[in-house]
Amino acid sequence: MTTAAQRKTDIGPPSYEQFLPPVIKQNYGRWKYHEILRPGVMVHVARSGDKLYTVRAASSRLMGIERIRRFADLADKYCGGYLRFTSRHNVEFLLTDQSKIEPLIADLARLGHPVGGMGNAISAIVHTQGWVHCHSAATDASGVVKAVMDDLHEYFVERKLPAKLRVALACCLNMCGAVHCSDIAILGVHRRPPRVQGGLKRICEIPNVIASCPTAAIRPATVNGEPTVEIDEANCMFCANCFSVCPALPLADPLNDGISIWVGGKVSNARSEPTFSKLAIPFIPNNPPRWPEVVTSIRRIVEVWAKGARPFERMGEFIERIGWPRFFQEAGIEFRKEHIDDYRYAGLSYKRSAQLRH
Amino acid sequence: MAQSGNNGTPLLDELEKGPWPSFVTQIKEQAAKNAMCKDLLALLERSYREKVGHWKHGGIVGVLGYGGGVIGRYNDLPEEYPHIAHFHTMRVNMPSGWFYTSASLRTICDIWERHGSGLTNMHGSTGDIILLGTTTDQLEPAFRELTEAGFDLGGSGSAVRTPSCCVGPARCEWACYDTLHLTNDLTHTFQDELHRPAFPYKFKFKCSGCPNDCVAAIARADMSIIGTWRDDIKIDQAEVRAAAQAGLDIHRDVCARCPTQCMEWDGNTLAIDDANCVKCMHCINAMPKALAPGDDRGATILLGSKAPIVQGAQLSAVLVPFVKLEPPYRELKDLVQRIWDFWCENGKNRERVGELVQRVGLGNFLEAIGVEPLPEMLAYPRDNPYVFYEEYLEAEGDEGAAEPAAQ
Repeated sequence: MTTAAQRKTDIGPPSYEQFLPPVIKQNYGRWKYHEILRPGVMVHVARSGDKLYTVRAASSRLMGIERIRRFADLADKYCGGYLRFTSRHNVEFLLTDQSKIEPLIADLARLGHPVGGMGNAISAIVHTQGWVHCHSAATDASGVVKAVMDDLHEYFVERKLPAKLRVALACCLNMCGAVHCSDIAILGVHRRPPRVQGGLKRICEIPNVIASCPTAAIRPATVNGEPTVEIDEANCMFCANCFSVCPALPLADPLNDGISIWVGGKVSNARSEPTFSKLAIPFIPNNPPRWPEVVTSIRRIVEVWAKGARPFERMGEFIERIGWPRFFQEAGIEFRKEHIDDYRYAGLSYKRSAQLRH
Repeated sequence: MAQSGNNGTPLLDELEKGPWPSFVTQIKEQAAKNAMCKDLLALLERSYREKVGHWKHGGIVGVLGYGGGVIGRYNDLPEEYPHIAHFHTMRVNMPSGWFYTSASLRTICDIWERHGSGLTNMHGSTGDIILLGTTTDQLEPAFRELTEAGFDLGGSGSAVRTPSCCVGPARCEWACYDTLHLTNDLTHTFQDELHRPAFPYKFKFKCSGCPNDCVAAIARADMSIIGTWRDDIKIDQAEVRAAAQAGLDIHRDVCARCPTQCMEWDGNTLAIDDANCVKCMHCINAMPKALAPGDDRGATILLGSKAPIVQGAQLSAVLVPFVKLEPPYRELKDLVQRIWDFWCENGKNRERVGELVQRVGLGNFLEAIGVEPLPEMLAYPRDNPYVFYEEYLEAEGDEGAAEPAAQ
């Protein structure tokens, strides 16, 4: 009884208030403006005149406790023990003493964490678990991200892009990374229909499996007198929803898994409305450890945009202006049947006017 | 050179090169003192060689009294990689805005050193602190230490998922409501719905303080709460002139980029037709010292966004064009409850609320939850004439007229 009484549940997260530095507590909700002072460093000025300096550094997202302890040490050394993380896996140190910015950046550099990702730059890639820890991954996540960011590093530590660049990676269509509204989305895809494993009915509920398929491509069947399912392969679009509800329908396949690249999405309401990313490259085979074809393709897309976009134009706004045919041409992407939508509402994406560039 | 896996890790070693922080280095650092991480490194190298993952579907594991917060994970080669035969994830609910002190981070690290692999994600996609990899017997002891330290688990499965928010008024002059307070309040209010999955599928809240939407609420949350304002943009004309003098082409890069063309710049004064401003944030983003959101601040509530699974991806759609958001947020919570009641009653297994709205129609959905239809909810009114008129008139004494058709 005593132990049961001591056991705490449903306490929820600790209040954020105890983690706010004094300068934030004193100026909470009373900030006046901010300025980016140099890549990865900004100052927020309060109505009181107080200043808060933020230094943003990249992390590897997958981190050991030793590295988190080093971040804690840096927070103690430079900012009274206060720090935060961003929605894109960056770590931010919150300083009030401007003279400590340079030494902090030097310490971060020694630890291997570039400072940047602010303003007209690429920020860190939001991503998922991949082969490190996921059952449904069609590619690795951390490895692809590492290779792409090694290559795009210059755009993280400098501010030389026309606008911000938001890249995200999800290792399957479940999209734990919800990449579908990114300037560039890297999406792991399967290309081989599920292979029905023997003994399916012992681990899966067949009606549930049939209902899980958005295209009704799963039908009841009997094999060797045992109830199971069969796949209408022509109607499978590899969403893996059936695998989510039934482990006996694996899709993962080394020869057929890989990566698709999507472009032009955004979530911000600035200028144009939020929009989905659209398919740029239907398939690139997995090529670990550094996925060179993915890295090269993404750099080319970034450079086409960086060269042609007007100030403030996000990837999708740039492509809208020049038109998709020219984007494919400039990015050196072969246009294929896969680019044409054939799911619900597909017709909405057909060009229904004679407004074309010739 | 850090410790390698059982058979060396030539492929993963390639990912220690280059300027971006390396996750491989992180796993190796832990592998030097933790057998789980050593096995993980070796198994990952194998995945890199074979181009396929080696993790099985999650099993049902957790802590006493909760139906979520732990993701069961087992590898498919347990004899070869015994230390990660079980390698479960614990999702720990982060503080609003991802603010920490060094002491709180060290506390979490110490707990995870005693009870798990020592590997984490800071943070997972939904925002939780992800403690990556432990065995079933360590779950309850880890949970006990976490709660003693003031932390609790986050959501998983068909439940309220850990709500998240942008940095808000803590460090942003554009926050139109207190995103941190609301997120913390919703999380505490809905602890039961978060820890004990009872919904048709997951339900996510994300709170962004302004239409820049730094936490991607409109794309990633079933309920997207996006700050906005109703009165005029605040202008400091001297700062506008200063921005122009500093090289900003105000006509080309600000006025011409305004989606409703509601701004004019005569080289001296910036004029805004605020009645036509759609609060997109572009001009304010371009001139943070000169312009600011107005004082009559609140939020737009949008509903239904999700990633593709099951029926296709959606962005959230406007449900409440403007609402003031002040504690205790009674109006918002009542609305949430009405949505959940209808969804729990009518939602199919694994049907997100946005998919349910698509299936039953927004008009019917609004009726069911008691919200008046408004033109702000649509990009444009219907353009097809297949209207489900729900009533028709009958002449008096119209014998034999059919009952009005059910909808």
